[in-house]
Amino acid sequence: MTKILKGIAASDGIAVAPAYLLVEPDLSFTKTTVSDAVSELDRFKNAITASTSEVEAIRDSAKESLGEDEAQVFEAHLMILNDPEFTGAIETEIKDQKINSEAALDETAQKFIAIFEGMTDNAYMQQRAADVRDVSKRIMAHLLNKELPNPAAIDHEVIVVAHDLTPSDTAQLNKQFVKGFVTDIGGRTAHSAIMARSLELPAVVGTESITADVENGQTLVVDGLNGDAVIEPSDTQVADYKQKSEAFLAQKAEWEKLKNEPSVTADGKEFTIAANIGTPNDMQGVNDNGAEAIGLYRTEFLYMDSKDFPTEDQQFEAYKEVIEGMHGKQVIIRTMDIGGDKHLDYWDLPDEMNPFLGIRAIRLSLKNEDIFRTQLRALLRASAYGKLGIMFPMIGTLNELRKAKAILAEEKTKLVNDGVKVGDNLEVGMMIEVPAAAVLADQFAKEVDFFSIGTNDLIQYTMAADRGNDNVSYLYQPANPSVLRLIKHTIDAAHENGIWCGMCGEAAGDSTMFPILLSMGLDEYSMSATSILRIRSLMKKLNTEDLKELANKACYISETAEENEQLVADLMNQVDK
Amino acid sequence: MEKCDFHIVAETGIHARPATLLVQAASKFGSDINLEYNGKSVNLKSIMGVMSLGVGKGADVTITADGDDEKDAIAAISDTMKKEGLAE
Repeated sequence: MTKILKGIAASDGIAVAPAYLLVEPDLSFTKTTVSDAVSELDRFKNAITASTSEVEAIRDSAKESLGEDEAQVFEAHLMILNDPEFTGAIETEIKDQKINSEAALDETAQKFIAIFEGMTDNAYMQQRAADVRDVSKRIMAHLLNKELPNPAAIDHEVIVVAHDLTPSDTAQLNKQFVKGFVTDIGGRTAHSAIMARSLELPAVVGTESITADVENGQTLVVDGLNGDAVIEPSDTQVADYKQKSEAFLAQKAEWEKLKNEPSVTADGKEFTIAANIGTPNDMQGVNDNGAEAIGLYRTEFLYMDSKDFPTEDQQFEAYKEVIEGMHGKQVIIRTMDIGGDKHLDYWDLPDEMNPFLGIRAIRLSLKNEDIFRTQLRALLRASAYGKLGIMFPMIGTLNELRKAKAILAEEKTKLVNDGVKVGDNLEVGMMIEVPAAAVLADQFAKEVDFFSIGTNDLIQYTMAADRGNDNVSYLYQPANPSVLRLIKHTIDAAHENGIWCGMCGEAAGDSTMFPILLSMGLDEYSMSATSILRIRSLMKKLNTEDLKELANKACYISETAEENEQLVADLMNQVDK
Repeated sequence: MEKCDFHIVAETGIHARPATLLVQAASKFGSDINLEYNGKSVNLKSIMGVMSLGVGKGADVTITADGDDEKDAIAAISDTMKKEGLAE
């Protein structure tokens, strides 16, 4: 029976493949006493045996599809499964206290997790807590006869269906076989959506009920253009979607022709269109779409895709690869933006009431200087290989900026004294995403080489609306005059102080926002690689003379985001005539 | 019983990978092998035991082996400690 779900179109494209549910089963249990400890022990041992052979199989397929490094974690799981102190302790509890295996497993696992999590001065140890949790979950699933999803073991084309995809979920996916995403929750700026765009996979998010409506293996269409997910489509529908997909690809081919063209307006004014990337693997998309720079390299994926803190050398190699891959064009690398909704398995950060208002990004870096310094050294070393800009995220006060800059300067001096080559055209800049920084942009502009406006967070903080919360998504208004005034003030402050201003939030690649930003004179537009050619083609149609009044109207005359959307729609009607 | 003291010099102490290698080295022998640190003693054949000690940089630890192959065991473990740059 065909069923169509409406969601939010989060990433362009269309795909048809069997659904793969990335959903955890309910592993709750009741603690009971057992009369026959011997047979209970057998039940426990059988669960261990079954878990062991399952993990071995996952390890083998992970080795093949993801590589030795990614498979390492499963070796660690096997060691825990066969660890005398771990299984021994559980067996002792079953024997001595005559409790069921589930309760004994849970109690023992909690004990070890508490020990590891208690080692707050040692991030490596804290990671073990996550391993113990994973292993216990697997044993528990066997005890309860439930099945766990094993994303690392995907070996055929699938569309991943999940309640929400966290960055660590996506790190485990075998991207070779994943053709698209569909989720229950999230919006266009959710990480699952950003990830899908950077992988150039179609995605529909916020369907509310896809995990309940589709079963593993059922055919699923993801229409990332309209935001539809179609379960068990008819043959006609599949044919229609194939046609639609071809039309989409044809338009893409048309845009493709602009790949090596400069980014100019109809009246010949040049601007920079840059790409946002998450890993060196995204460089293919950057080059295929003709980016003129990298406006945002999100280094947190280096941390999230690894099992431990990446070393200075590992980071250096990744940064160098990207910088060299741009052949002299500028690369803006943002220091790690961990915290908020981005967590590391091996770094146990405090639970916060409001993580987006808590210790994240530069706040975390300044509190953990050793980790920050390692990253800065890797960046400085890589700067010798091209044109690098180092960018600090979430700066809210001048004091934070000065501290970060002072640490950077110290590491630079150390490297230079050690005879290590550091690039001489290195730029240092900051994100403008905390409203406080936007308001004081004129003061910040005197102490940096560039600004990059992060609209996703700037809007969320200005409107006081959690961008992951569907109930307040109506407040996520890029074109709201309040947001636009902050943006305009930031751009003007940059220009008055002789520095350039870019934007690396989703708004830079938005067809409605783009004409407004252009009218404000924004210098650099950094977006998902897949948006570049669409925006370049839009830029070619626009004449800055016609846009002169737009910025002022949008900021000071309009009272709502809707009015501004209408202003742009009217303008585009004129242009298309 | 064989005994050997080590001073841990590795920046991150005995963490994930080195701990795994030590446990693997110890598991090859029949002797009872223990790691003592800070007044606590754990089975060196248990990854969970070793890691739950949280041995950091600058720690002094003692490894004891008791059994038929105790000498070889201590030799192999010393070897792993040095090869991995864990201890002096």
